[in-house]
Amino acid sequence: MISMNKVSKHYGAFQVLTDCTTHVNKGEVVVVCGPSGSGKSTLIKCVNGLEPFQGGQITVNGVSVGDPKTNLSKLRAQVGMVFQNFELFPHMTIIENLTVAQIKVLGRDQHEAEAKGMQLLDRVGLKVQALKYPGQLSGGQQQRVAIARALAMDPICMLFDEPTSALDPEMINEVLDVMTELAQEGMTMMCVTHEMGFAKRVAHRVIFMDVGHIVEDDSKEAFFANPRSERAQQFLAKILHH
Amino acid sequence: MYEFDWSSIPGALPYMAQGMKISLEITVTAVLVGIVWGTVLAMMRLSSITPLSWFAAAYVNFFRAIPLVMVLLWFFLIIPHLLETLFGFPRGSDMRLGSAIAGFSLFEAAYYSEIIRAGIQSVPKGQMAASNALGMSYGQSMRLVVLPQAFRNMVPLLLTQGIILFQDTSLVYVSALADFFGAAYKVGDRDGRLVEMLLFAGAVYFVICFAFSQLVRYYQKKLKTA
Repeated sequence: MISMNKVSKHYGAFQVLTDCTTHVNKGEVVVVCGPSGSGKSTLIKCVNGLEPFQGGQITVNGVSVGDPKTNLSKLRAQVGMVFQNFELFPHMTIIENLTVAQIKVLGRDQHEAEAKGMQLLDRVGLKVQALKYPGQLSGGQQQRVAIARALAMDPICMLFDEPTSALDPEMINEVLDVMTELAQEGMTMMCVTHEMGFAKRVAHRVIFMDVGHIVEDDSKEAFFANPRSERAQQFLAKILHH
Repeated sequence: MYEFDWSSIPGALPYMAQGMKISLEITVTAVLVGIVWGTVLAMMRLSSITPLSWFAAAYVNFFRAIPLVMVLLWFFLIIPHLLETLFGFPRGSDMRLGSAIAGFSLFEAAYYSEIIRAGIQSVPKGQMAASNALGMSYGQSMRLVVLPQAFRNMVPLLLTQGIILFQDTSLVYVSALADFFGAAYKVGDRDGRLVEMLLFAGAVYFVICFAFSQLVRYYQKKLKTA
């Protein structure tokens, strides 16, 4: 589904990603973790071309992301993305947030888009909030809306960029629950997250990154039981023992 | 002791109302054209296409570095002449209102574009990323997501700029165009009551501008609580 081959990116002389190679199969859930500044957010943003990269190739469902001839908008419409800061559109109601791209990008009619939007809001437990504005919702609720907004486009895979990092602790689980459900339904997912509990429960594979390199790329069992690199051991020790 | 004599005002009111109509006409047109052209300039300025961004920067810097009255004079004296020779407009046709509106619009666009540019930049970058991630094109993202938020933040500044523009319309007196100020001046000059007429005109400007800026302040407060 998602295939990266020797992806490299630099800002001027500063190397952000170096030769990152990995594959995400259909229906697979891959958690990307690593210390801050390791390039994990940048990596995931390269998948739908939000971040340009200079070296290597990424293909999503066979379409090359870096190819200038690729219609990036069309590709992005098929790849759902959830951001750390939700990024709901504050000047639109919740239901408008869910319908705007369906109507403008997929060409669905208003009625169809609203039906789809309501169905997904119901699924994340926020149907009653449809006519409110994002500012009236809690962070956890906003992030659930953001997930529903991405799902409304019927994506072939989902990217999560630290979806719970901006949330108060008591709201993290409501978002993780939605993500877990999604994973159990067989959605292909790539999640940048520090939630190791989520990784243990839900992920098939874990990628560990450090200073722009993919240091480990292993099944979750192998990763948690026996991380090979010293950096990953240190990271896990820090993150699990508190 | 100077004896005030306000008696020329009542009779001159219809004439001055005519003038007020011209002042408002210039203001409203220049605000609308200025905002539209200013938005285009702001987007050019922020564009990654270098020639566009240079053109917009040059335009803005040029108009912000010369006095408004100069621009108006150019438009009164040079442009009509050009149009006459280039397009065979009948000689001596009265283009003063058109020239004034064109001059103000182009001049104000430079100021509006800076306000709008700041407004666009005040919208978090993640908003553009999020709309792109949903498959919206740059144009769609701008139109549906970024600009609506930018304009909502900018409304007080845009209106304040409109108030300044309304006051500046009095500068058209250099072309002897009878806007509100020009009309008051002419009446005062005719009746030898310049002091009274200018005081009266000043009071009218004050009332209108003050009322309007109170409105802006009210809106600003509402915006903050929303």
